[in-house]
Amino acid sequence: MSTVLLDDLADVRAGDKGDALMLSVFPRDPADADLLSTHLTAEVVARHFGAAVTGPVTRTVLPRLPAFVFAIPGVLAGGVTGSTVLDGHGKTLSYHLLTLELPIRPTTEGESI
Amino acid sequence: MRGTTVRLGAGAGFAGDRIDPAVDLARRGGLDFLIFECLGERTVAAAHARRLSDPSTGYDPLLAARLRAVLPHTHRGGTRVVTNSGAANPEAAGELAARVAAELGVPSRIAVVGGDDVLDIVRRVDPVVWETDAPLSACPEELISANAYLGAAPVVEALEQGADVIVTGRLADPALFLGPLVHTYGWDADDWELLGAGTAVGHLLECAGQLTGGYFADPGTKPVPDLARLGFPFADVAADGTAELRKLADTGGRLDTRTCAEQLLYEVDDPTAYLTPDVVADFSEVTFTGTGENRVRVSGASGRPRPDQLKVSLGFRGGWLGEGQISYAGPRALDRARLAADVVRERLVRVHGVDESAIRVEYIGAGAAFRGLVVDPQPFEVRLRVSARVPEPDQAEVIGWEVESLYTNGPAAGGGVTRTTRETVVVRSCLLPRQLVTPFVHLLEA
Repeated sequence: MSTVLLDDLADVRAGDKGDALMLSVFPRDPADADLLSTHLTAEVVARHFGAAVTGPVTRTVLPRLPAFVFAIPGVLAGGVTGSTVLDGHGKTLSYHLLTLELPIRPTTEGESI
Repeated sequence: MRGTTVRLGAGAGFAGDRIDPAVDLARRGGLDFLIFECLGERTVAAAHARRLSDPSTGYDPLLAARLRAVLPHTHRGGTRVVTNSGAANPEAAGELAARVAAELGVPSRIAVVGGDDVLDIVRRVDPVVWETDAPLSACPEELISANAYLGAAPVVEALEQGADVIVTGRLADPALFLGPLVHTYGWDADDWELLGAGTAVGHLLECAGQLTGGYFADPGTKPVPDLARLGFPFADVAADGTAELRKLADTGGRLDTRTCAEQLLYEVDDPTAYLTPDVVADFSEVTFTGTGENRVRVSGASGRPRPDQLKVSLGFRGGWLGEGQISYAGPRALDRARLAADVVRERLVRVHGVDESAIRVEYIGAGAAFRGLVVDPQPFEVRLRVSARVPEPDQAEVIGWEVESLYTNGPAAGGGVTRTTRETVVVRSCLLPRQLVTPFVHLLEA
């Protein structure tokens, strides 16, 4: 099966809430929202962040923007004031999600997915 | 189209933010209100730590510089200033604001908003701490601060008393913007729809440059023009809570539906229930519509009744952070950095008695930012960072010392050592019934 990088389809912004990493995902083309809705599930995101995740990842779908909000508990163990890690906010981690490969056939010119 | 709208400008999005974009807005933005949001959870606790060592401090160190730069313009333009720069010491910040205004010859009525300091109250009530799920009294660290998130009400009161400059401590960020809207339009304290809409505008503006291309720019996927001259945003807000988001002509950055969508959801865990002291705002039906170059109309936010309890930020002494960094490059860079880390770890434990579980090792350049989720096995260059939080400053000092001593005692070709030691605070949260918290407004004339 061929794949597409999330980086080819969407933008991601990171924020922090205590130990939880908040990632908001925005399809660059709103037409890709359904595709992301199918493939970018909470389970897929949880797997991508692996053992760092300490609880269930939640996904909120915002069809109007469109956007998806993921809350990923535990990734920021200790939070910005509780950990000595360099990027305590986890601001860099939005770009980790962009490296996620989705099992979607890449589109070529003139072809629809 | 003005006259039927009120114009709010974002002058700062965090304590260390730039000053010149705020001056630009104050000078030619035609603002009704200029708002400086300068307080993070960590900022307020750190400010309390500073105040404990010097009682005259504890407010935003850049406050005087910000006011000196903007007050001549805001005075001329009839713009009123609202800021939470008071941090841990709003009274001292208010007095400083009065001094700056007097020095500039700008007659001003300064309002200090207090009442957010609830240290005595939480000690008495002993609420459950979110992070530990146990009573506050069970936290082993020394509690140094407790600040309740105040809502817009005291800002409204200060504006009604004619304040030109309002300095607060811990106030919910969007409330800094909601206050002027409630004051201007006389929105009722239980008109949840309007308070939700105003809160959405405040939330969009509170991080200043993050709405106009900051924290957004990516040369490959999201190019932002003239990022070094990033203009801060302002909003023309109508009486129905809808707004047009804009930035000044001839500034850098971009303001479009993509930058707005990203900021709307920033640090929002539940877009249907964004909790503030004033309202539970609902952002889930918000829509953005481009109305021109760098102009976006926002509508669709709403709200539900406010929570009965207020969130409180608790600050504890967190011990001392010691840190050292050293670079390795070229063949076997990561192998040498790992050897260096082993040496430092062994010596910190064996020679200095540092608790091994407190020591954290990061290989910057080999995937440290992604926290071990991805590792580049052969980085061209790697910077070893060793850090630990320990109870005493002299123990923190040896972390960087042991990294520095790698120069002559460690692996080949280690260079560029830096080391730091600083006191830290730990921030946790709890709730207090809102009737236990009493905001107050105190006026100073300058």
